[in-house]
Amino acid sequence: MKTILEGSQACAEAVRLARVQVVSAYPITPQTHIVEELAKFCSDGSLNGRFLCVESEHSAMAAVIGAAAGGVRTFTASSSQGLALMHEMLHWAAGGRLPIVMAEVNRALGPGWNLWADQTDSLAQRDTGWIQLYCADGQEVLDTTLQAYRLAEAVNLPVMVILDAFFLSHTWEPVDLPAQEEVDQFLPPYAPRFRMDTDHPQSLHGVAPIGVYMEMRRSMQLAMEAVPELLERIEEEFFARFGRRYGPVEPYLCDDADVILVTSGTAAGTARVVVDQLRAEGQKAGLLRIRMFRPFPVRSVHEVLKSALKVAVLDRNCSFGAGGIFASELRSALQGGNPVPVYSYIAGLGGRDITVETIRDCFALTRGTDRPAIESVWLGVKEELLK
Amino acid sequence: MKEFRFHGRGGQGTVLASIALAKAFFQAGYWVQTFPVFGSERRGAPVEAYLRLETTKIYLRSNIYEPDHVIVQDARLINLVDVTKGLKSGGWILLNAPGLPADLAPFQGFKLACVDAAHIALEHGLGAKNQPITNTAMMGAFARLFSNPPLEAVVEAIESEMPIKISENVAAARAAYEAVVLHGQVNGSELLPSAGPIFRKAVS
Repeated sequence: MKTILEGSQACAEAVRLARVQVVSAYPITPQTHIVEELAKFCSDGSLNGRFLCVESEHSAMAAVIGAAAGGVRTFTASSSQGLALMHEMLHWAAGGRLPIVMAEVNRALGPGWNLWADQTDSLAQRDTGWIQLYCADGQEVLDTTLQAYRLAEAVNLPVMVILDAFFLSHTWEPVDLPAQEEVDQFLPPYAPRFRMDTDHPQSLHGVAPIGVYMEMRRSMQLAMEAVPELLERIEEEFFARFGRRYGPVEPYLCDDADVILVTSGTAAGTARVVVDQLRAEGQKAGLLRIRMFRPFPVRSVHEVLKSALKVAVLDRNCSFGAGGIFASELRSALQGGNPVPVYSYIAGLGGRDITVETIRDCFALTRGTDRPAIESVWLGVKEELLK
Repeated sequence: MKEFRFHGRGGQGTVLASIALAKAFFQAGYWVQTFPVFGSERRGAPVEAYLRLETTKIYLRSNIYEPDHVIVQDARLINLVDVTKGLKSGGWILLNAPGLPADLAPFQGFKLACVDAAHIALEHGLGAKNQPITNTAMMGAFARLFSNPPLEAVVEAIESEMPIKISENVAAARAAYEAVVLHGQVNGSELLPSAGPIFRKAVS
């Protein structure tokens, strides 16, 4: 049934449909609408789950780690400073091989205090062992959250479902809400491979001496390497049932494109509008949206970019001293593939709007510049404020 | 694509009106996208919301800078906020005002429709005298001015969205639908009569 939902509601509805058993979260704008909705579902019985109120995000993650270790399906959500406070526990969730799903609403880190969209918060967690999926619209938030449980429970790694603050979390648009019976068939109850069980006592997450630690890490890496193929299989099944699929990357008009813009999140929607404009003007422009950032979809990227002459990457994030993070990842991923020049742009930090003009600038600068600059080029910066 | 900007004050239900209208337009077969301007919303402070309509899926995700039409829930906002900023030439301003404003300078080149939404809201027991809740009256006036969404779709949206006083809100929307006056294009001190816009047919 298609209905009008806010991005946050699409996420909460997916959690309800996934029959999550334990939710624990600490409120932070712009994540609040997700957890408010879930608190309501838990209290009115539309979700037969426990909502654990806690005193911090660190405790929220610790609580779902405990619940997941007990063998139940879990969910949490956070943003920005809240996610940063969880950092230690993120490693614990992944190293503990617990299939937790978290919604992460991309918000800028402070100071200066800012509530608005910026991906640096989630990208700063890229080495924690979490799978990361970046969504572009409300439907994808719902669908990805459902897929995330299948994926997490298959590889025993946690998944972050990531959505832009406000441009997605607080935007209302048509979303197809699947029936519970359909979701139940796609996503059966969680069957843990191991769990805390007082009838069969065992020790979890204990000391790993030199003799075994490296093998545990190798096994996490192998699990990550299995994700692309597994996601493809899960998406096939999802497509057969619900008629929608996304892939680890989503190319748009890339086959004959000479300049391809690579971006992620809601900026990709606006970029699609620009690609249509440029095509109408006779330019061979293409768009590659990266949905899966961890594991990085190296093979898919090689395939889509194999004949491009120039690649522009638009990042709503910055690794200080390095630049746009998707651009760095892409440059490294392209080693051994098409030696195409990668132009790196940074825009939209702290919620500054990424407009049609911003994206047209990316294409125009890329087309009009012979070689990419070494540093990322920042778009829309008020130079007078830097004096 | 048609783009609308809503101006109001925190507590008047501006964001709720844009969401309920989006739901009514969706029922009428349009693709919709609506979102508030994301600031630190407070009761009484100016707030804005955007609504996009299209016959096919909307991919555009940026803010609205050049709306086709604007809806102003509080005439006193005109002294605080540039409500015609970026408004396309010939666009409609739907204004909550007791009658035609004495000073037409802020509306030059645009089309003006007025409805006494505050009075209608109070008549139906919505809000208090110093803060009438005008959103459902404005929705009724909106439906009449733009011939869309159909009044019955607006009524359905109000019934599903409003937490309290549903019959009062529906009655306010119906009253404003009848009461709104399309003054027409403001040209100096003259008003050139104009009909409300006709939208492209929605997909069925």
